[in-house]
Parts: sequence; structure tokens; C-alpha cells
Amino acid sequence: MIRFIDVSYSYPGGKPVLRNINFSVSEGERIGLIGANGAGKSTLMKAALGLIEAEGIILIGGTAVKKDSLSRIRQLAGFVLQDPENQMFMPRVIDDMVFGPVNYGMTREAAEKEADQILEKLGIPFLRNRYNHKISGGEKRMASIATVLMMDPKVIFMDEPSSSLDPKNRRMLINTLNGLENTLVIASHDLDMILQTCSRVILIDGGEIAADGKAFDILRDRALLESHRLELPLSLQTI
Amino acid sequence: MNKAQKAMLEMREMDELASMSSFVHRMSPLSKLMMTIVYIAVTASFNRYDLTGLVFMVIFPVILYQMSYVPVSTCFIKLRGILPLILAVGILNPFFDRATVMKIGSLEISGGVISMITLMMKGVFSLMFSFLLMATTRIDELCQGLRKIHFPRAITSLLLLTYRYSSVLLREVSNMTDAYHLRAPGQKGIHISAWGTFLGQLLLRTMDRGDSLYNAMVIRGFSGEFLYAGNKEYIRCSMIMAIIVCGLMILSRFYNIPAIIAGVFIK
Repeated sequence: MIRFIDVSYSYPGGKPVLRNINFSVSEGERIGLIGANGAGKSTLMKAALGLIEAEGIILIGGTAVKKDSLSRIRQLAGFVLQDPENQMFMPRVIDDMVFGPVNYGMTREAAEKEADQILEKLGIPFLRNRYNHKISGGEKRMASIATVLMMDPKVIFMDEPSSSLDPKNRRMLINTLNGLENTLVIASHDLDMILQTCSRVILIDGGEIAADGKAFDILRDRALLESHRLELPLSLQTI
Repeated sequence: MNKAQKAMLEMREMDELASMSSFVHRMSPLSKLMMTIVYIAVTASFNRYDLTGLVFMVIFPVILYQMSYVPVSTCFIKLRGILPLILAVGILNPFFDRATVMKIGSLEISGGVISMITLMMKGVFSLMFSFLLMATTRIDELCQGLRKIHFPRAITSLLLLTYRYSSVLLREVSNMTDAYHLRAPGQKGIHISAWGTFLGQLLLRTMDRGDSLYNAMVIRGFSGEFLYAGNKEYIRCSMIMAIIVCGLMILSRFYNIPAIIAGVFIK
């Protein structure tokens, strides 16, 4: 479903942020991207969505990420931004949800029907006509996931989805993620959430892949995590 | 609440008004735009002494405000900053045009007074109608309407993005102002020595947030073009309604309807 072949990227005039990244993700797989601040997790996801032009080859569902294929790529892959405030730019949740499908030619009525089904599935039908600035942070996060699901993406990239969520909303998010059938790539510092949602973890440090393997194997390796400025997840600290 | 927060609140209130549900809200943006343009053109074209003809023009915005459930008072509250300017237009007319054109009992009214009143009315009426367009049409719908009349894409994109980013800018101003005042208690405003860094930081932060916002839009298929997938039935109805209303407006420009109605009752 996703392939990164020798992907590198440097910000203009800066040092390399990604260096020769190579990995593949199968359909339906859930990948946790972990790493300290500035490791290159967000940049990697932006490169996959064509938001920045990286060197090397990135394939999403067999389509290479290039300028002329961006429209197709963005139908295949959704992106949940770190700050839902930046993701929700329309007045109401429903307006935000139909924004994408209407841009791709769906009628408003059909898009609204689809939106109702997704809101029902996520257990948040009450948010439908609410104003974005009047809903809580947790609700906004769930609504931002709903806007991405509206595009019916095969792959969903998520940047710090559990940041600034209270425990109840975080639990709701984990349950939601576990209920999704899409291929998921989740970048997060919340290693407990990664442990509960992802089967595989890729550890990035200094723009390079430092480790790639089963989530439980990597997340319980104290020496590996500490050598890359991370700590064991709280739930594994007693082991 | 700081000034930026107040401005943000006002913008959100406008968004809320535009997201309400009424026949006027559901009308296609192009038909509303057409009505607004025709209304302003007709109102502006009245002779400066044609007070009675102009008075009739208030009927149109008042009826549409009723149909849209937008309180007329909201218009005057929101536009309180511009109203004095509008009312100031023509304030010097009574000094220059002193010829008597009307008598009420023994009171002589000069042409300058009449023209001042008509100028004020033209301004207020046009403002009322323009506000109705803004209060019942979301910015993306409005831009889409402008595109339909072949407004350059660069201008409509600029309009939409400026609107979107102005809320980002205001939020950043609000956050930075709060952070500044927390560490500068008792200080009124932002000290001149901090202006440079304040503005620089504001620019950088706004650019970052604007970038994220733009990414969120392009990821969901935004390409600078606005696709308003309105209900076709409503679009047809609203175009018919707009044509009828525009026809009535033009008719009331050429026929003094209040005088005709009065003529029926007063021989």
C-alpha cells in the first residue's frame, strides 16, 4: 500500500531532515512512527502526501507521489493534522465534512448522507450541525478524523492524534482507531497509544530509520528507546 | 477579552449568521449577488431630490431580512463603525444648496437638506442590503458566485484565503497579546520597544498556521476553484425569485410606487 524508496529531504538551506528512508506498509497495517522531537516524523508524512517535494520514490497504492498525481494521491491518503484547529476551517462540522467530497465532484446531498453515516459510525452524530468554534478539543479531534474519513482514503496519516486530549477522549480516540479498517500511519509521542493501536513500529532518529519491527518488541526495549531520547511506555514501565 | 478576541467573535458571529437556514440562505449565491448589485445600482441612481421614490426602496431589504430571520438590528450593531461615515456623507449639502424645494406648513426645506437625507438613505439602504448578502452567504459560496460572473480566480482565491487567514491572524494576535500582558502587568498596550519582535513573531507564527490550514484544504481537493453543489431545485427557484425582485426594484425606479398607491386612495 505504501512504499518509500531512498527518500531524502532537506529544508532549503538546512541540514537533511530525512535520509535514505526505505520501508513498505501492507494494506490494513497499522504503523506507529515514533521518535524524539525533530526526528523527521511529520516531514515523512508530509512527503508522502506531496506537501513537500522529497527526493526518491514514494508510492501510495501503486501511484507515485508526483506533482501531476497529487489529486489521486489525496484521494488515496488522508492526513489528520496535529492541531485540529488547523484542520477545521469551515463554520460547522458538516460543512467541513462535505468540503472534500464536493471538491471531488460529489453532490452536497450525497456528501451529507455520507457524512451522517460516518458521524454515526464514530458515535458523534450530535456534532453534525455544531459550530467548530463551539466544540471541545476532543470533539474537534473526532470531527477532524471524520472529515478525513469522508474522503474514503485507503491510508490515513495522523500526526500526534492524542495530543491535548483528556483521558476519556483519548480512550475514545483509541477505540475509534481500532475500529477503522484503513491502513494507518500514526506519528506520536504517546507510546502507550501506539502500543494499543499499532502492530508495527518504526523508530526514526536524525531523519533515519533506527528500528523497524513489532510494536511490542520495540516499545519494551528500554535501551533502544533511551538511546534515541525516548522512554518506555508507562504501561510497560513495571516490567 | 482582548480586542483581537472581540474581532474573532464578530467574525464567528457572521459565520453563524451565514450558516442559518432560511429561504434566503438557501438561495444560490449568484442570485443574491445579482439582487445586491441591482439594488445598489437602482438605489444610487435615484435623483437627489426624489425622497419619496427612494423611501420605497427600504421595502426590499426589510422584507428579505424578515425572510432570512436576520434581525435588522444586527446589521446596525455590526456596522456601527461605518454608519457615522455614511451619515456624514452630504452633511455639507445644506450649506451649498439653499434653494427651497419643499414647504411643510411654514417650514421651508432647502434642496441641500433633501439631498443630504437622500444621500444618507442611499448609503444606509445599500449597506443594509450588502450586509444581508454577507449575513446569508458563506464566503466560499460568495466566491463561487463571483467566479460564475467570471471574476478572476486569483481575486476570488485571495478573498477566500484572506478571510480564512484573518481568523488565524486574529487568534495569534490574541494569544500573543495575552502572553505579553501576563508578563507585563499594569502596562497599557504593547510597549514600542516590543513592536518589532512582536510583529516579526506574529508574521512567522501566522505563516506557519496559514501553511497548515492551506495544507488541510489542498489535501481535501481544494485547487483554488469553488464547487458549490447546491440543490438544483433551489437554484432554479432562487434565480426566479431574484429576477422578480430585481424587476420590482427596476420598476420602482421608473414609477413612483408610493405616489401611485396614494393616488388610488386620494383623489
